[in-house]
Amino acid sequence: MSTATLIDRRKVIDWLGIAPFMIFALMFLILPTLYLVAGAFFNPQGEFTFQNIKDLTHPTILSAYWISIKVSVASSLGGALIGFFLAWAIVLGGLPSWIRSGMLTFSGVASNFAGVPLAFAFIATLGRTGLVTVFLNEWFGFNLYSTGFNLLSFFGLTITYMFFQIPLMVLILTPALDGLKKEWREASEILGASNWQYWRLVALPILWPSLMGTTLLLFANAFGAIATAYALTGSSLNIVPILLYAQIRGDVLHNPNLGYALALGMIVITGASNILYIWLRSRAERWQK
Amino acid sequence: MKSSRLLAWIAIAIGVIYFIVPLIGTFEFSLRMRRGEYTFDAYQSVFSDLQFRATFGYSMLMALLTIVFGMLLVVPTAYWVRLRLPQIRPVIEFITLLPLVIPAIVIVFGYLRLYNSSSWLPLTNTTSGTNVLLMFSYMTLSLPYMYRAVDTAMRAIDVATLTEAAESLGAKWPTIMFRCIFPNVMSGVLSGAFITFAIVMGEFTMAALLNRPAFGPYLQLVGANKAYEPSALAIIAFAITWLSMGFLQLVSRFQKTAPLKA
Repeated sequence: MSTATLIDRRKVIDWLGIAPFMIFALMFLILPTLYLVAGAFFNPQGEFTFQNIKDLTHPTILSAYWISIKVSVASSLGGALIGFFLAWAIVLGGLPSWIRSGMLTFSGVASNFAGVPLAFAFIATLGRTGLVTVFLNEWFGFNLYSTGFNLLSFFGLTITYMFFQIPLMVLILTPALDGLKKEWREASEILGASNWQYWRLVALPILWPSLMGTTLLLFANAFGAIATAYALTGSSLNIVPILLYAQIRGDVLHNPNLGYALALGMIVITGASNILYIWLRSRAERWQK
Repeated sequence: MKSSRLLAWIAIAIGVIYFIVPLIGTFEFSLRMRRGEYTFDAYQSVFSDLQFRATFGYSMLMALLTIVFGMLLVVPTAYWVRLRLPQIRPVIEFITLLPLVIPAIVIVFGYLRLYNSSSWLPLTNTTSGTNVLLMFSYMTLSLPYMYRAVDTAMRAIDVATLTEAAESLGAKWPTIMFRCIFPNVMSGVLSGAFITFAIVMGEFTMAALLNRPAFGPYLQLVGANKAYEPSALAIIAFAITWLSMGFLQLVSRFQKTAPLKA
């Protein structure tokens, strides 16, 4: 009897040790999110309803989701592709080692250089009086803005987002490329495979969970970002985080519960891509042992 | 082999152009304030702006408080989980990754609903309450990085043996925590601190929606109203990020040379 209570007391102390963390996580991470998720299924009168979810198909909201998804897909695919080539170049390109360390250091900085200052940098570069715009105009007589290019658009936002997407891809993919064993390449060469066959039949099948997984991570990364877009376009570009920002500020949808549904939609999209990412990463790790 | 090296150089060249040109463009733009010549006028204008100093100081203080309280929360938790509750590690790790899954704007939306003036805990009623809420939001944002950094550092030390050794010498819990565990995971604490610093200094969403005078909303305000100062500020922000990451690399190099135990 006395030993039983002793064990129980020890267990209680064990669990008390993580109580501060659990309380913090509940109060400032889990409950606020659950509150919104639950709120999405009620009307302002407090009755249960699916109306808010149905109302997400309103053209303004639907187009916001659509533009957000387009920007996120484009910037994550572009970031993944360019990031892959850069990671390939520094790992397998046979370049001097200072390029590798320099690239990785810079990637660490650039992947964290987001938000408002990033928008400023691109306005100063590709804005109407930006360096590149002026340079092209004065030296080549080429007016960038006459081609229909606009920094404050889907395309401009995609280019800007890639500034933090590419480095993130480089940082995550470099270890995966390091994990490609020399023996695999040698074995395939002995069996008569060409370079193309090696990549198509050996390297890419091993890498694709990492590639796909990281692309999904980049997607979620872009989907939730707001500061860069807001500083770049004000509220002229209708993407989901900016719509939600306006909703929080001034209830532009005229229905607080519809705002919750909007947030729920964001969680579902970023959540789904993260779950896929985790699943793909666990597949990728099988080869990295 | 030759052609692949050429291809690699081309890839690097394209990458460098894409990354360097915006930085050069920003720097060049920041020098253009006076017509016809390059000057540092924009920087002077920024540094002499009282609001710049106030918001910069505010965010700096917030970053320091976030680091201190974040570490006081994360280090004991990571320690306790390794020592007593290894079975719950996946759950804790999952929770620490949630801030990467749930967008910041959604989290702060939840705060505004849960802690507004008519709720059970009206934190946003007072300035100090809102400051506390903002600090908690920053702790939440930096949780994935802090926990990862500390947990990695803790992997390198033998927590159980250290604790037993300290206990057999008569040390109490505070002594074990602050004189034994903290110094041994210092490298993790520091790398978590630098990344937290970089995040908090530039953070916009939380501060703007909680209406606090932080550096991020100030940047946005300047960007909407002035021409050359934003570029100067972007260069300053980039320098801050670069410094934080530089220190982070320095610390992690230090960590690698430290004796590693499985």
